[in-house]
Amino acid sequence: MIISIASGKGGTGKTTVSLNLALSLNNPQFLDCDVEEPNAHLFLKPSIVSSETVSVPVPEVDESKCTFCGKCAEVCAYHAIAVIPSGERSRGKVLVFPNLCHGCGSCGLLCPCGAIKEAPRNIGTVERGVKGGIDFIHGSLNVGEAMSVPLIRRVKEHIESGKDVVIDAPPGTSCPMIAAVKGSDFCILVSEPTPFGLNDFVLAVEVLRKLKLPFGAVINRSDIGDSSLEDYCGKEEIPVLMRIPFSRKIAEAYSRGEIGDPVFQELRNDFRGMHERIRGLSAKGGRPA
Amino acid sequence: MKICITSAGETLDSAVDPRFGRCAYFIFLDTDTGNFQARNNPNAEFQGGAGIQSGQLMAAEGVSAVITGNIGPNAHQVLSASGIDIFTGVCGTVKEAIEGYKAGKYKPASAPNTGAKSGMREK
Repeated sequence: MIISIASGKGGTGKTTVSLNLALSLNNPQFLDCDVEEPNAHLFLKPSIVSSETVSVPVPEVDESKCTFCGKCAEVCAYHAIAVIPSGERSRGKVLVFPNLCHGCGSCGLLCPCGAIKEAPRNIGTVERGVKGGIDFIHGSLNVGEAMSVPLIRRVKEHIESGKDVVIDAPPGTSCPMIAAVKGSDFCILVSEPTPFGLNDFVLAVEVLRKLKLPFGAVINRSDIGDSSLEDYCGKEEIPVLMRIPFSRKIAEAYSRGEIGDPVFQELRNDFRGMHERIRGLSAKGGRPA
Repeated sequence: MKICITSAGETLDSAVDPRFGRCAYFIFLDTDTGNFQARNNPNAEFQGGAGIQSGQLMAAEGVSAVITGNIGPNAHQVLSASGIDIFTGVCGTVKEAIEGYKAGKYKPASAPNTGAKSGMREK
């Protein structure tokens, strides 16, 4: 069963929840898909056993074959190509902006002159390691790089069917979050009972409903703020899977990267219970009984 | 000679739009006849690549000079590769910009004067 942990708002406790969930399971796979700032390895401290560079294909134009017809720029959905016709002020040229290219291949496919071939552009690395019984995989996007989705997809290619998989998703509700949660059997949304927490929670709920993914909520720092998040979950029939009260001890252990701290050990039974409940919910499409 | 001024509106009394790639209108002017044509910027709402595509439009239109407020790095690269003169930091009305250009008040900009995506913030 594949469970993804997302949030909308950042800093609500995705990593805390996903790591504790993974540590309460037998031989799971843990995927840190927050490739823009992966941090789960700081807690798990896995030994890395393999590493691969990930690239996206970007067009390379052979200007000796190019007629500067402009077809490639016209079909590029990301506006990553400019074709300058030859004229009085300049000779013909094709400018490719690799940072905007998503590697879809349309330009090469539709070039009438066969002037475009693809060359790899590195965007980051995927590493695989082990810690105890956990099969650990994470991606790390190159600094300054904006194209995180292909890297997230590559991290997810390591998923082995039949295993319990925990995916730590990036915050937000845009392409990287969607790439991370897509295809999972259940999504846990971690939020906090504040107006900001609720606002982003609602956005994340809308995304998951569009994706038709069953989901439930974990309310972190559940004894601060107001009741609007609980009220919303009640009204929308979103199961609240766990409430984690605010605790200075948790914050201290987290800030030291000590996920094996007794304060987390005490929560492991709750996480095992949550996993059992998710199994049941997932079978019923995420609605409470 | 054909030049282009980025404009907030369709007339010469409109303000110069400080954005290049995401300006509201491009005003194409024939400096010999004084005839002009205002065109809606088809790239204004692009998520990315607005400067690149607006730069390509300038090349396709065969303009010799672009007069605007700010130019980002990608647009600058396309315009430079097209051999188009770039005048940045221009404000006031389009008419004033044309007069300033004809009077030789502006110096060509050899580098971008704003970052990528700045036109999305300055809307």
